[in-house]
Amino acid sequence: MAVLELSNISKHFGAIQAVNDVSFSLEAGEVIGLMGDNGAGKSTLVKMIAGNFAPSEGTMRMDGEPLVMHHPVDARRHGIEIVHQDLALCNNLTAAANVFLGRELYRWIGPIRVLDYATMYRRSGEIFAELKSETRPRDLIRNMSGGQRQAVAIGRTRLSNPKVVLMDEPTAAISVRQVAEVLSLIKRLRDQGITVVLISHRMPDVFGVADRVIVLRRGTKVADKRIDQSSPEEVTGLITGAIEGV
Amino acid sequence: MSVTLDQTIAQRQHTWLTSLLKSQAFWVFVAIIVACLFLTVATDSFATSKNIFNITRNVTFTAIIALGMTMVIIIGGIDLSVGSVLCLSSMVLAVTMHAGFGLEVGILVAVVTSLAIGAFNGVLIAYLGFPPFVVTLGMLSIARSLAMVASNNTVVFEFGPDHARLLDLGGGAWLLGIANPVLYMVALALIVGFVLKWTKFGRHLYAIGGNEHAATLTGVPVRPIKVVVYMLSALSAGIAGIVQTGWLGAVTTNLGTGMELQVIAAAVIGGASLIGGIGGATGALVGAALIEVIRNSLGLLGINAFWQGTFIGACIIIAVAFERVRQMRSSD
Repeated sequence: MAVLELSNISKHFGAIQAVNDVSFSLEAGEVIGLMGDNGAGKSTLVKMIAGNFAPSEGTMRMDGEPLVMHHPVDARRHGIEIVHQDLALCNNLTAAANVFLGRELYRWIGPIRVLDYATMYRRSGEIFAELKSETRPRDLIRNMSGGQRQAVAIGRTRLSNPKVVLMDEPTAAISVRQVAEVLSLIKRLRDQGITVVLISHRMPDVFGVADRVIVLRRGTKVADKRIDQSSPEEVTGLITGAIEGV
Repeated sequence: MSVTLDQTIAQRQHTWLTSLLKSQAFWVFVAIIVACLFLTVATDSFATSKNIFNITRNVTFTAIIALGMTMVIIIGGIDLSVGSVLCLSSMVLAVTMHAGFGLEVGILVAVVTSLAIGAFNGVLIAYLGFPPFVVTLGMLSIARSLAMVASNNTVVFEFGPDHARLLDLGGGAWLLGIANPVLYMVALALIVGFVLKWTKFGRHLYAIGGNEHAATLTGVPVRPIKVVVYMLSALSAGIAGIVQTGWLGAVTTNLGTGMELQVIAAAVIGGASLIGGIGGATGALVGAALIEVIRNSLGLLGINAFWQGTFIGACIIIAVAFERVRQMRSSD
């Protein structure tokens, strides 16, 4: 059964049709590359899945249950985690503090509730080890490389047991070596049965990790096919409109 | 020799010693100690119990407000209204008690007034998106004017039936001969230090100052927290006002004039960054202490008092210069 299913999703802002009648379903442990040019409707679609705003038409289902969200917190509650394009990290805090931001752990000293530094350091250490990242829980984000920052942002999604992780342009602003690091992080999420939606402009990344590619053009889905049955050339044609649709 | 990944991860980058040596508050503290040793040797009058008593007590009013200001600066804001709020709180207390009410009632009214002003600042800044500088600049003018209205711009020096208790509250020394204001300062610093280090609220202040957008996305209640922080800042000014009333034994409407700048200076010298995200309770205390030691020492060394501003201003600029150097190093 599909983990997340979108049926005939449309979104318009006034007269502008941002997303038009898009349907697809995501299976557990699948990596989907969501591609499209600027203004193709990728971010609008992602924001709807992330609970930032509701679709104008159509329905979303999670494990067969209708999914209605009014706020990003709702998405988190339903098992959808988002790694934002700007990563949403605080430079002045440690890696562990960022992983647990908004979801801090406590312990009690008598009647007083205090932050549980030890457990938060230990848990984030475990998460980074699990992601095979050499990020250290006590280091400040300010002193970290792009790949390590990605690991912190991705590490956040490991606090809950998400079913779907949306990653918005995770490789847009980092070095080639770090890209490889991020792609292996994605594979590790997939191996744990998590569905990853990778929003990207970079053809090599999508063809490197994705099982399936979905292409949007001007708000409409023009392709949804397995990676091994497609090629970068075809996808480029689909994105630009040189190929009408498959 | 090869180092495994686990060893690298296990290696702690920040021991308590390195973080101490990196802390601006620590170096300001060292500067204060050095200055005190020098003054002890160079003058006869510095290391007398009377002078130490004076210094510690004078530090407190700036330090108490600097604790509140530090929290505002940590979230990337600024509160210019504290000097006027101190005056208003003091005047409200004085007028209430002068009218025959007891000490408790007077303190309650002063505290509520301060909190209301902080809430007004906070709501305008957090919910209506006003720049903190402008809102609190407006409040600087409003609060002092309200103090003048409340007192009809007179000096109040008779505080009704609880007159003696009020003077004892601010001017007494209830524990081991330590001036009461110092006790209040230490207690408040411990509370603020605890909150910043050990509570979710404190953690969220640093997050908001570091990246407000990120804090919002991760579910931190940014707006309510901002309102509370401006309320705490006003409350700290209100408390300083209450204590100062008891210490001075009289209130005029020019009380706390220009104090906001001295408080901001104390916070910045103590290591709070006006960009937000950095600062601490210890910093507020040592910053205020350094300013007071400079002020005191210039007098004792017989240097013209007109030079005070130059020395304190130089300290502010040096403190910010240290911060710039650190930023440049960490951005390499």
